[in-house]
Amino acid sequence: MHDVIIIGSGPAGYTAAIYAARANLSPVLFASSVESGGDLMTTTDVENYPGFPTGIQGPELMFNMQQQAERFGTEVRLEDVTSLELDGDVKKVWVGEELFETKTLIFATGSAYRKLGVEGEERLSGRGISWCATCDGFFFKGKNLVVVGGGDSAMEEAMFLTTFADKVTIVHRSETFRASPVMLDRARANEKIEFITNSAVSRVIGEEAVTSLELTDTVTGATSEIEIDGLFIAIGSDPRTHLIHDKLTLNDDGTIVVDGRSSKTNIEGVFAAGDVVDGTYRQAVTAAASGMVAALDAQHHLEDHA
Amino acid sequence: MKNVTKDSFQADVLNSDKPVLVDFWAEWCGPCRMVGPILEQIDGETDKIEIVKVNVDENPELAQQFQITSIPNMKVFKGGEVVKDIIGAKPKAALEADLADFL
Repeated sequence: MHDVIIIGSGPAGYTAAIYAARANLSPVLFASSVESGGDLMTTTDVENYPGFPTGIQGPELMFNMQQQAERFGTEVRLEDVTSLELDGDVKKVWVGEELFETKTLIFATGSAYRKLGVEGEERLSGRGISWCATCDGFFFKGKNLVVVGGGDSAMEEAMFLTTFADKVTIVHRSETFRASPVMLDRARANEKIEFITNSAVSRVIGEEAVTSLELTDTVTGATSEIEIDGLFIAIGSDPRTHLIHDKLTLNDDGTIVVDGRSSKTNIEGVFAAGDVVDGTYRQAVTAAASGMVAALDAQHHLEDHA
Repeated sequence: MKNVTKDSFQADVLNSDKPVLVDFWAEWCGPCRMVGPILEQIDGETDKIEIVKVNVDENPELAQQFQITSIPNMKVFKGGEVVKDIIGAKPKAALEADLADFL
């Protein structure tokens, strides 16, 4: 029987692990096999995480957090939890046929990239459509690209892609941007970047690979077509709750309901942290803080039920 | 896992008697670094399929020839033809399911 099992390996999961491990709770952390490290694994420069005056690469930050968690005795398992049983005092965590039992569970699975939900998107994924500029930008040297989205990640993707592409057009459905002013100004100052506002991608066109996009004007409803070589989608993400959506209470935005400023879910002994509870801020630093809260809540729960 | 280059691709992949899974990858690709160890494991568990990797940074000609625009991209070659195309990192069980015909 474990004291603490953590599911998720972003800043929330690893910070929870650091605190739980330092409290001698020997946490087991399921990092997932292919998404270990979370969203920061596909981020380049992280310039707003305190303590790194010249910035740090996303993957490096995550490797550091993993090492820090392991240093105090966290067992990191690169496996995918397949199902959970949360009723009763003993929580059951299944990884395929293998069962892990724990007194407390910290759920920190973050969020998954949102899809456009338009014709051609599924079929052309990986054939000119990408959700990861740092992974796939390399293949678009000298090409003409579109980035969809209006947040910081869209600006960052667009700027990163200009190191390869000849031209990057940011397509955004509104005239106002959620991106921070500093990121928006940087994108606007980049001469390879153009903007098309009040437009939504309504269809992705191409036989073997993406060749063009159909855009719909969000004000007039008029459609137009633009030729492109690649499409990068950065329209945000949704909380990753498929393991618990029928067990834990969720908010309207899909995040897990927690009690006030704590990490307590509607099931005793089950705690949630990071982007999976945060529909608002969703930063590495808020996720880390939230992971700390979950670790302390789990620790107090164990003390109260000792 | 063997590193295949543009010079050895013909012999190692196209002329192979067995099916060959080629993992197109790069150092800077986070998801590639996740899927690499899974492929190593599968490679150690079966003799029915060869598993090799191509570094797209060092072999851009191969990446271009096979129209790769997203990595990791795992292609299974049989008799010199692509018979299976898997794009994106996946957990081991999902990869094994995709490769069931060859394992």
